[in-house]
Amino acid sequence: MDLTYSPADQAFRAEARSWLDAHVPAGSLPSLETEEGFAAHRAWEAELAADRWSVVSWPTAYGGRDCGLVRWLVFEEEYWAAGAPGRVGQNGVSLLAPTLFDHGTEEQRARILPPMGRGEVVWAQAWSEPEAGSDLASLRSRAVRTAGGWLLSGQKTWSSRAAFADRAFGLFRSEPDTPKPHQGLTYLMFDLRAPGVTVRPIGRLDGKPAFAELFLDEVFVPDEDVIGEPGQGWRVAMSTAGNERGLTLRSPGRFLASADRLAALWEERGRDPYTRDRVADGVIGARAYQLFTYAAASRFLEGEPLGPESSLNKVFWSEYDIALHETALDLLGPGGEVADTDGDGGWGEGYVFSLAGPIYAGTNEIQRDIIAERLLGLPKGRR
Amino acid sequence: MRFLLDDEQTAFARSLDGLLTAADTPAVVRSWGAGDHGAGRALWSRIAELGVFALAVPEAYEGVGARPVELAVAFVELGRHAVPGPVVETVAAAALLSEPGFSHLAKRFLPGVASGETVVTVALPGGGPYVLDGDVADVELRMTGGGRGGGFGGEEGQLWGASGAREGSPDVRRSLDPARRLCVPRSGGELLAAGPRVGAGVADAVRWARLATAAQALGVGLALLDRTVAYVKQRRQFGVPVGSFQAVRHRLADAKIALEFARPLVFGAAVSMEPADLAAAKVVACEAAYATARTALQLHGAIGYTAEYDLSLWLGRARALRCVWGSPGECRGVVLGGGGDDGAGVG
Repeated sequence: MDLTYSPADQAFRAEARSWLDAHVPAGSLPSLETEEGFAAHRAWEAELAADRWSVVSWPTAYGGRDCGLVRWLVFEEEYWAAGAPGRVGQNGVSLLAPTLFDHGTEEQRARILPPMGRGEVVWAQAWSEPEAGSDLASLRSRAVRTAGGWLLSGQKTWSSRAAFADRAFGLFRSEPDTPKPHQGLTYLMFDLRAPGVTVRPIGRLDGKPAFAELFLDEVFVPDEDVIGEPGQGWRVAMSTAGNERGLTLRSPGRFLASADRLAALWEERGRDPYTRDRVADGVIGARAYQLFTYAAASRFLEGEPLGPESSLNKVFWSEYDIALHETALDLLGPGGEVADTDGDGGWGEGYVFSLAGPIYAGTNEIQRDIIAERLLGLPKGRR
Repeated sequence: MRFLLDDEQTAFARSLDGLLTAADTPAVVRSWGAGDHGAGRALWSRIAELGVFALAVPEAYEGVGARPVELAVAFVELGRHAVPGPVVETVAAAALLSEPGFSHLAKRFLPGVASGETVVTVALPGGGPYVLDGDVADVELRMTGGGRGGGFGGEEGQLWGASGAREGSPDVRRSLDPARRLCVPRSGGELLAAGPRVGAGVADAVRWARLATAAQALGVGLALLDRTVAYVKQRRQFGVPVGSFQAVRHRLADAKIALEFARPLVFGAAVSMEPADLAAAKVVACEAAYATARTALQLHGAIGYTAEYDLSLWLGRARALRCVWGSPGECRGVVLGGGGDDGAGVG
C-alpha cells in the first residue's frame, strides 16, 4: 500500500502545473454546447497540443507523452484543479482512440490520431438508434458493400457533440440475417459532412444542442475506415468497454476539483449548517473515487483486466456528480436558479450536464445488471 | 504508487479467515452475548497468536510496531466473522499506552495486550458513555477531566485504571447488538497518569479506534452481502430464484458499490492515519455496512427478522458500529476541518 508519487511523477506534476498556470484562460470559455463555445474549445485543444498536453497518455508519435496511467491521473488532477476548460475531444479520445490502439491499423492510427489530439477533427459517437438504446445489439442501420467500401443508411440518435463535430464512429449491420443480433455488425467511421448525411441537432434539457440525430442515406465509407474485420464490430466495440476506458472516462481529478469548489462555496456561505453533511459527502466521495481509481489502476498496471468492475465505477461517479451539483445549487439557494452564467465554471451548466451521466455510456440499470451477474454471480433475470 | 495489498497481507487475511471459519463464530457470539465468555476468550487468544493485537503494540513491548494497514486487514476479517468482544477498545488502549512518556504503563500492560492475555476496555472521550464488555475485560481504562471533546487538543486529563474482577454482578445494559455487553464505567481505581500527555494519548486512541471500527464495519457489510447473495440464489418464489428479479439484483448491486467504495477509504486512511481520512473512512464504511444490513434484512424477508437466524448477529453489529467512536455527523464535521459536533477535531 503505497500512495506516494515517485520523484519523476512529482516533477511531471510540477511541469504540468506550471504550464497550466501560464496558459489556462482566466475566465471560463463560452458553453461547449454552442457554436461559439465549440470553436473556443477547439482552439484551446490546439493550444494544449502545441506543447503536448492534450493527450498525455498517447505515444509520442501521435502527439502524446507516453506518460502511463499514474501520470495521466496526476495530469488530470492538475488540469481540473487549474480550472481548465472542458474537453471538446473527449468522445474521440476516450472512446475511439482506445479502439484504434487495440484494433486499428497502423495507417489508421497515423492518419486519425494526430488531428484528433489537436482538436482539428472532433468525433461524435453514433451508436444509439431510435429502437436500439440499452439493447444496442438490436440496431438496424445498415452497411452495404459497394466498390471500394460501404454505403451506410439508417438513423442514429443521441449522438453527443454531433451538432458541431466533424466525424463520427459507430456500429452498422453489415450482415442482415445472423442468428444472433450482435453478430454481423461492423465498426465504421464516417464524415458528418459527407453527401447523404443529415445532422439534426437536439436540444438537451436546457435547450443547448449537445447532441443530434443523424440521418444516413447511402453514405459512402471507404474500406480504410472500417475498424477491425467486417462483421466483428460488436467484439471490437465491447473489447475496450471493460478495460482502460472504464478507468479513463471520468478522471478523479475532475471530481476532486469540483469537491474543492463545493467546499469553498460552503465556506463562503458561512459554513451553512443545513448542507454541511452533503458537502462533507461531496469531499469524501471525490476522495473515495480517487482511491478506488488508484487501486484499479494498480491492478491494471499489474496486468489484471478491469472487466465488470468498471460498472461499479460508472454508477458511482454518475450519481456522485449529480449529488455534488445538487448540493451546490441548494447552497446557492434561490439564486442558484440562474442558468445564464455559461461555460465550464457554472454550477447550473454542470448540473444539467451531470443529469445525463446515469443515462449515457450504458444506463445505470444496465450497469447494475452487470454487477449483479458478473460480480455477484446472481442468476440472469428478466430485464 | 501501488495501492494494493501485497501477497503477505493477503495471506494474513486468508489465514485469519481460515481460523475464524473453523471456529464457528456464530456460536461463540451467542454465548458471549449470554455472558458465557469461555469460548470467546479462547478465540481471543487464537486471534492474538496470529498477531492481530501485536499490530498496535510497539516492538519494545512484544508487539510488531504500529502496522495500521495490517490491522485494517485483520479487522475486516473480525467484522466478516462477527467476532465479539472489545477488540477495537483493546487496540485503542494499545495506542493510548504507546504514547511517549507512558513507558512504565506500556511495560506493564502492553505485552499482555499483544499476547492476548489482557483484554482491555475503555471509557474515553470520543467513545461512548458505556464501557464495552466491562464485565469481562481484565483492564478498564478511563479518562477524566477532559470533558466530552477533552483530550483531543492535548488538554489536561487523568487516566485511571482498574483491573481484576468487578465486585458483585455488573450492571449490563442490553445493546441493539446482543453480543455487545454495555457496562457503566467503574469509578475510582488507580491513577495511572495525569497531564497533557493523557490528552495526546487519547487522540491517538481515537484515531486507531476509528480505523479499527471502519475496517470491522467493512467486514460486517461484506459478510451481510455474501450471505444475502447466497440466500437469494437459493430462495425460490414464483418458480425462480428471487435473485433473478431486478428489484432484488439492483439493491444488491448498490450494496456492492457502497462497500467497494468504502474499501479504498479504509485502506487509504490506514496509510495516512490522518484524522480527516479516518473520519471519512469511519462514516462511509459504517454507512455502507448499515445500508447493506437494511438490504440484507429486506431481501431475507421474515426469516431475517428472527434472532435465531445467524444473519441477526451482523445486523445488530452494523447498527451499533455506526455510532461508536464518532457518529456520522461528528465524522463529517472532522472531514470538513471544523471538528465534530462538540467543536473538537481529533489530533
